Amino acid sequence: MIRVSAAYDLAGLVFAAIAVASALARGEAKRFANAAFWGLLALSFLAGDRLGNLGNGWLVLGLALIGGLLGLGPAPAMAAEGAPRAARLGSRVFLPLLIIPLVTLVGTASLGLIRPGGAPLVDPKQVTVISLALGVVIALAAAMIMTRLPLTAPVQEARRLLQSVGAAAILPQLLAALGAVFVLAGVGPAIQSLMGAWIPLDNRLAVVMAYCAGMALFTMVVGNAFAAFPIMVAGLGAPLIVGRFGGDAAIMGALGMLSGFCGTLMTPMASHNIIPTALLDLPPWAVIRVQAPTALTLLAVNMTLMALLVFHGR
Amino acid sequence: MLSLIGVPVVLLGLVLRFNPLLVVTVAALVTGLAAGVPPLALIAALGKAFNDARYVSVVFLVLPVVGLMERAGLQARARELVGRLRALTTGRLLLAYLAARQFSAAVGLLSLGGQANMVRPLIAPMAEGAAEAALGPGDANRATEIRAQAAASDNIGAFFGEDIFVALGSVLLIVAVLRQNHLSVEPAAVALWAVPTAIAAFLIHGARLLRLDAWLRRSGRSA
Repeated sequence: MIRVSAAYDLAGLVFAAIAVASALARGEAKRFANAAFWGLLALSFLAGDRLGNLGNGWLVLGLALIGGLLGLGPAPAMAAEGAPRAARLGSRVFLPLLIIPLVTLVGTASLGLIRPGGAPLVDPKQVTVISLALGVVIALAAAMIMTRLPLTAPVQEARRLLQSVGAAAILPQLLAALGAVFVLAGVGPAIQSLMGAWIPLDNRLAVVMAYCAGMALFTMVVGNAFAAFPIMVAGLGAPLIVGRFGGDAAIMGALGMLSGFCGTLMTPMASHNIIPTALLDLPPWAVIRVQAPTALTLLAVNMTLMALLVFHGR
Repeated sequence: MLSLIGVPVVLLGLVLRFNPLLVVTVAALVTGLAAGVPPLALIAALGKAFNDARYVSVVFLVLPVVGLMERAGLQARARELVGRLRALTTGRLLLAYLAARQFSAAVGLLSLGGQANMVRPLIAPMAEGAAEAALGPGDANRATEIRAQAAASDNIGAFFGEDIFVALGSVLLIVAVLRQNHLSVEPAAVALWAVPTAIAAFLIHGARLLRLDAWLRRSGRSA
């Protein structure tokens, strides 16, 4: 059976090639720091399941020290050659980028149905990620044939883009790890008792407001609505909105998560804001500044909807 | 209560503009130690969570393809194509992308869009090209505003579309968490109650995108 580790291996090979190319880039600032950083990330993707938890932990600390204290070098410029072919390619230049979603789509819909000898060919839980990896391989082949650039070109260009993202590339993964430590340390129950001390828990509208606002705020702290949701549901949603006041569980769940998404739009801790800021070469708060007015209005909409709907029929 | 110490560490680190990798790592270590987790167990927990979250970074797989096609003139071509369509202003283009992103996420096709495979190579250059065609060359401020708007359209479309799709991600997580709290709900009911917010998100952000064109015209004149 093809598992998700195949996609991780592929990503690991890409990171490893970038590490080697970084080390060979003579005259480039901090080339060995770059090589060590992408090399460690390659190790995580290629061998993460064999390093053990403690081994992976040291690896994370190593990445944080190299990326955080040493710092990575600037991104290399795009190679000039290849530009003359652009005119001849015309709009076909879009083709490889359309292949990726197309293969992802078709693969997700069909790969799960292939069962030679009764066993699934592809891990049914991970079909999308595996299809995406397959789409990238096909698109890359098409791109190489179309552009007739040398075999080193995809590595050079991927290095240019990844280096422009820089050490922030691992921030989303690191934030997920922070969320796990928060759970381990009991941050959820602590927040619950803190809120209990400040909010009039016998007023159902106050509890609805606190639940929605708490989802948004806690999401902003941990950078991920999925991490905040279990804590707010266990703290306020389930025992009070549904339990004490008889609210509708589906409405409480749906609008709570959507309030968390409003928080995601406003936090520099979310990968959704970190990655475009890096990829589009934007100043730190640019994406959040644009999103905040929509997010705050939608948070008010969610609170109003929940206040009006969750206790329907009561 | 001591376990909350990571929260001010993160906030202070971000406000003082320390390197975010260091801030997050220090926050994790301080939080764990304050809660009495033994140091080695803490490092192992960090490592396990990092390893389990590798799927987050699989998006970088598309970089070789995107980089290669950029070298073959992808962004220039995207700008050029949009420049020919006079009716396609920056705001209208992003509004169309918002609608497409929200709709495709709502039918389960979250992976069709994205910052690395759509916004950077196509949507952002197209939005900039539309502004260039209508208003002439702009300054760095305009480029920042348009790119940030392109990124925001992708995020808002994805977030407030995916919650309508029954069989994936957030709806299933909601159902699972509610079940842990002994509340049984149908996924379809959760998805249904996400629809009003999805409509509100499209109306609110769509209206802001249409006002973006007027803002771009004004800022073009004053510059």
